[in-house]
Amino acid sequence: MSGKVLMKGNEAFSEAAIRGGCRYYFGYPITPQNEIPEYMSRELPKHDGHFIQAESEIGAIMMAYGAGAAGGRVFITSSSPGIALFQEGISLMCSAQVPTVILTVSRCGPGIGGIQPGQADYFQATRGGGNGDYRVPVFAPSSVQEGVDMVYQAMELSDKLRNPVMIFTDGLLGQMMEPVVMPDFVPVPKSDEIRKGKPWALTGYGKDDSKRNTVTSLRIVPDVLEKYVHGLFEKYEQAEKELCRVETFDIEDADMVIVAFGTVARITKEAISMLKEQGIKVGLIRPISLWPFPYDVFNKISPKTKVVISAELSMGQMIQDVELGIAKRFPVRLINRTGGTIPTSLEIAERAKKIYEEIGG
Amino acid sequence: MATNKMFFAGTGGMGILLMGQIVGTAAIAEDKAVTFFPSYGPEMRGGTANCTVIVSDNEISSPLVHESDVVVAMTVPSMLKFEPTLKPGGTLFLNKSLIQQAPKRSDITVYEIAASEIAHDMGETRVANIIMLGAFVRTTNIVSSENVEKVIRDYFGERKAALVDINLKAFHHWTP
Repeated sequence: MSGKVLMKGNEAFSEAAIRGGCRYYFGYPITPQNEIPEYMSRELPKHDGHFIQAESEIGAIMMAYGAGAAGGRVFITSSSPGIALFQEGISLMCSAQVPTVILTVSRCGPGIGGIQPGQADYFQATRGGGNGDYRVPVFAPSSVQEGVDMVYQAMELSDKLRNPVMIFTDGLLGQMMEPVVMPDFVPVPKSDEIRKGKPWALTGYGKDDSKRNTVTSLRIVPDVLEKYVHGLFEKYEQAEKELCRVETFDIEDADMVIVAFGTVARITKEAISMLKEQGIKVGLIRPISLWPFPYDVFNKISPKTKVVISAELSMGQMIQDVELGIAKRFPVRLINRTGGTIPTSLEIAERAKKIYEEIGG
Repeated sequence: MATNKMFFAGTGGMGILLMGQIVGTAAIAEDKAVTFFPSYGPEMRGGTANCTVIVSDNEISSPLVHESDVVVAMTVPSMLKFEPTLKPGGTLFLNKSLIQQAPKRSDITVYEIAASEIAHDMGETRVANIIMLGAFVRTTNIVSSENVEKVIRDYFGERKAALVDINLKAFHHWTP
């Protein structure tokens, strides 16, 4: 599989996780990500890895907590309602500083909702639904190849940060096929080598005269916990500086700027070329990291820009971060669909043009 | 600079998604950009199935299609759904065996292939999709016939080697 192959997003992300060193996968079926547990159940054992179908998503994330605490490279995936059930474990793992890579193949909600693509889990991913002060780096690919590279790199990043890292895709990206080039397999440490890379991991007491490790989320003394949380946030501050990623084009000379992530950014690119044909110059901001959000890039928008639009598959969630970045310098508007419907490039172009005309462009 | 946007549509179990995947895989061999997006939902054998395929010499932005160049329709509901998406001058391939009614449009080119009947006569009803694929490939030349043949051989491979010949025969049945 060294050349370019046509692969379904879900299968490609699974293969990337294995190549990035994942040897533990815990999951529970949910559309539109079912190809992932299917792929992992078939392929992981070939690499001496372990696949367990959990009794629920809560079970899956707690298994991830355990395997991660023991120093394993863990990949867990689900879709929106399942990610909701992950939240308790995400808070625990952030608190206990246990790495794992979480991939969501987002669908539409709220509740059980539907199974078609959605982005209404932007808050769920970037703000989290778990308790307490914590952060999770979130990256949103807009092609299968980009998703492959992100999952692969997230394996290393999550270990380095000792924190969960999330990849945010949606049903469209999970189900579609595109040509991909797979990265090479990373070497996976044997169980007696884990402590070299992860001296904090629970690999067995007294084996090599090392000190007894504790991985815990409980700190009952307020002073101790306060200091600990500050320590976590020093880590998050550093991550904010290092992990911010964004793609832009033409924002220094635009009549209008559209902000969109993931698959919507792709559709928006086509809409932008349609608008260009009509003489409207449109720039694009595509946040690649959703947390940390690329607020600074909004400073580069040309002062002559008339309006900034957030295009999303939700009732307007990322738009709150867009407004923070814009800081009232430009009017901000929303182009959205929800419930599993996806706008075509034509729809985005027509709605953007209408907004532009209303604003007096 | 060519970009071709296509829908393959029919009923679950007909091999609709396979048609799209074969075209997509052949396009990679020609170093073209390709996206394939299947309909997905609570569907089953006998329900509707379709896929959106784009093959381009350039990077593909949106994988979704609102205006198509080619539609391959195996059934009446799929023709009714996708015929209106065709650009003027677009091409519609119809499985005449299952679609007795005529298309409404007069600004498109229509090819009618009695794929299901031909497949039946060949003794393998499951190859109707490959008969349509042959007509599509040799009419549009969006991907080359040689590359599609290779993909068919690879796909059925050793495990289903017995199916290679019948599929190649089906692929070559219809010529423009």
